[in-house]
Amino acid sequence: MGSRWIWRALAIPGLVWLALFFVVAFYAIVSVGLGNVTTLYEPVPHWNPLDWNVGYIWAALKSVVPGGDTWDTFLRTVIYVVVAVGLSLAIAYPVAWYAARHAGRWRGLILVLLVLPFWISYLMRMFAWTNLLADGGYATRVLHALSIDSLFQSIGLLDGNDWLGGQHIAVILALVYGYVPYLILPLFVALDRIDQRMIEAARDLGASAAGAFWRVVVPLSKVGTLAGIVLIALPMFGDYYTPDLISGSPKTAMLGNAINGYVQGGPDKSLGAALTLLLSAFLFVFMLYYLRVLRKENAA
Amino acid sequence: MTSVAQAPVETRVATPKRRRRRLRRPRGLAVITWIYVLWSLVPVLLAIRFAFNSGRSRTSSQGWSLRWFWTDPVLSVRHDPTLWSALTHSLILAALCMAIATPLGTALALGLQRWRGRGSGPVNVLMLLPLVTPELVFAVGMFLLFTTAFGFIGLGTPAQVIGHVTFCLSWVVLIVRGRLVTIGRDVEEAAADLGAPPWEVLRRVLLPLLAPAVAAGFLVCFALSIDDFVVAQYLASGADTTTVPMRIYSQARNAPTPALNALATIMLVVTLLALVLAFLAFRFLSRGEKASATLERLATIDAGGPAK
Repeated sequence: MGSRWIWRALAIPGLVWLALFFVVAFYAIVSVGLGNVTTLYEPVPHWNPLDWNVGYIWAALKSVVPGGDTWDTFLRTVIYVVVAVGLSLAIAYPVAWYAARHAGRWRGLILVLLVLPFWISYLMRMFAWTNLLADGGYATRVLHALSIDSLFQSIGLLDGNDWLGGQHIAVILALVYGYVPYLILPLFVALDRIDQRMIEAARDLGASAAGAFWRVVVPLSKVGTLAGIVLIALPMFGDYYTPDLISGSPKTAMLGNAINGYVQGGPDKSLGAALTLLLSAFLFVFMLYYLRVLRKENAA
Repeated sequence: MTSVAQAPVETRVATPKRRRRRLRRPRGLAVITWIYVLWSLVPVLLAIRFAFNSGRSRTSSQGWSLRWFWTDPVLSVRHDPTLWSALTHSLILAALCMAIATPLGTALALGLQRWRGRGSGPVNVLMLLPLVTPELVFAVGMFLLFTTAFGFIGLGTPAQVIGHVTFCLSWVVLIVRGRLVTIGRDVEEAAADLGAPPWEVLRRVLLPLLAPAVAAGFLVCFALSIDDFVVAQYLASGADTTTVPMRIYSQARNAPTPALNALATIMLVVTLLALVLAFLAFRFLSRGEKASATLERLATIDAGGPAK
């Protein structure tokens, strides 16, 4: 009896902290999104569910359906995230596969190099690209020397000469650059766990290299892959700083920019809160999936 | 894949030639991996290079100097009050976050690990929720909380510290629980059988064994706090609560000098120093475990989530 209380007492401060600053904070979004405003447009949260006012949620809902103010931004965000996640996967899978199974004596070094971006501030990594993609920057010059800019212009991927002036392609590649390290690591862990004998057994039973990969490696790494995808897709949906740094143009604004504009910049914090609620609802399934994976891994 | 194509594979299986084929290094994958590594790191190395420029350019190399770090009397990190205060404020936030989140998280991990039965399910979900919530949602919630219900705290440094502690807490719990699982209950039960009261078990047995995880917890809190942009920005109240990532964000598109590169470089060096320090502490505290295993464990600590 006595010993049990010691453990619960240890858990209490942390739980109270999370309840106060995480649960109540989320409830603050609900209360403001379902609340009202003063004559000066300052939000008045309605903490009591009986007083909820669905006006802002309704306005937010109407703005994210076709024809609404935020519809274009919403659609663009989904396209950006889908393309960026797809490209990230195309880069991360071979890299993680090589690092986990073929790197040999380079394995330690490669792992350190793959983890290094984690320790470099995300904003610094984006800022580095604003140096390189500026007019006269190294990347701009290399891309020009290789005629990649004119190639992109001719197929409509680049509009004008300014890589930092509202280019979809620049924002998508920046998202890939920013988030791909976070996908590589869970993939590395998932692929590293696969027993080499499973692959050899598949080959011995007559599967081609591609067949063994498709029917053994892919299914065995499915959970890690999906978890990695969710892991990078969730923050991408709330990203506003990447488009701000790499483009700064409303042409490339994402949902995060819209929410950020309402909550931090504009007078309509309540609409911002309502949009945040919609975003959370939209991402709920992904969050649940990731939560389940985390719980399984930590169920001891 | 037809059966005709499969047949020769089966007959080849046992031959030595086939063995060699299987062990051959995939050159293409190696090339892709090294190109990726270069692509991921060279831009940052160049940004660091420009910090040492003697000219004002951030897009090409112009000699070498420490002008942007120290010697320029107006524009250097040391002498530009906006850059200097961003640096000190980031470090203060990180220090406070480490000092609060690590003990709080360690205690929570110990408590949750022994909490069985009623209430343990929801409590574990609550602990994991901050890890799966998009940072923008979290930041908007905190911002609205501190401008409405918790208006007595308000925006500013205390709010920023609370925000950082809240998202670091779950990380510390994950790391410490991982270690608790590997320790197992045997030592603890042995101590209890020998008559040690729970408090003594905790102090003399569990905490020393947990020391490497606590060191890793400190490191992760430091790194997450230093790196965070969104929460710090939403909970900031003015110029003196600006952090380094916020300064980079507000100046990057605004004709910055290489002093901004210098500021980012200093932050990077500080983070890497913290990493080395934590590695040494980790090695020291987990003597007897293999160095490479230590490195891999430390490397994969941060595997869970992007932190801005």
